[in-house]
Amino acid sequence: MQSSQQLPADLTAHFYDLHEHDHPEGGSTLLGFWIYLMSDCLIFAILFATYAVLGGNLAAGPGPQDLFDLPLVALNTAMLLFSSITYGFAMLAMARGEQRQTLLWLGVTGLFGLMFLGIELYEFHHLIHLGATPQRSAFLSAFFTLVGTHGLHVTFGIIWLVTLMVQIDRHGLKPANQRRLMCLSLFWHFLDVIWIGVFTLVYLMGMLR
Amino acid sequence: MRDYVIGFVLAAILTAVPFWLVMARPLPNDITAVLVMAFAVVQVVVHMIYFLHMNGKSEGGWTLTALVFTIIVVVIMLSGSLWVMHHLNTNMMPAIHDIR
Repeated sequence: MQSSQQLPADLTAHFYDLHEHDHPEGGSTLLGFWIYLMSDCLIFAILFATYAVLGGNLAAGPGPQDLFDLPLVALNTAMLLFSSITYGFAMLAMARGEQRQTLLWLGVTGLFGLMFLGIELYEFHHLIHLGATPQRSAFLSAFFTLVGTHGLHVTFGIIWLVTLMVQIDRHGLKPANQRRLMCLSLFWHFLDVIWIGVFTLVYLMGMLR
Repeated sequence: MRDYVIGFVLAAILTAVPFWLVMARPLPNDITAVLVMAFAVVQVVVHMIYFLHMNGKSEGGWTLTALVFTIIVVVIMLSGSLWVMHHLNTNMMPAIHDIR
């Protein structure tokens, strides 16, 4: 860098930026996180494709109509939708700089997330108790992989949420924490979007087959 | 505040209607299936606009570009997988395909 600057400019071809601009901390974090979410979207697309291909292969085992309990799925969907709007309220409180309100709404969001996970685990437990395990048929393997991967994402989202609540409690709503909250906001709403695909393609379409 | 409330109300309606369509079954199955898929697509758009705050301007339009690219890849992959596997099933394994 130093030596090349001393040469006359017309003799050297510069393949790098001599005048590196100042990159403010976190300036590109949100775009980078969005790109990550798009790659995550591809993972789910592959799992949806697998389910769409294998969903009819029951191996003479139980099918969607024997297994799924729509009122339970509707309750689960409501939990996730409530958690989405309470997260939105947390973001609004953050924008107003109200730390206590932000923490309160994040806590409510976490509780809805936990209820969603609890209902899903109850459903999985119930299915396995009936003998509808992932090993039973290609349909069930694909079902547990797709819905389980979504559930795992929600689990990590809750861990992240609790971590951020501790961070905000200790260090306040500083710019870094605000940025982290925005990333988790994208992640959380993204999981709700994926769930639309799950309840439509897996549960509702499954009942129509 | 207004954005989130509008998004929530729309999402609740767009969720409740397909559940009702499938649980009460007021329409024939194939029409119900098409409607349920249509409601899902609309709800995804509602979530994108009101919860994820998507627009053509954020990050100089790069978030929207990335999203459009992802949607193209997803559509090619989903339709391609279903198409290829459907033909494999019907052309290569006629006997197994009939067992349900």
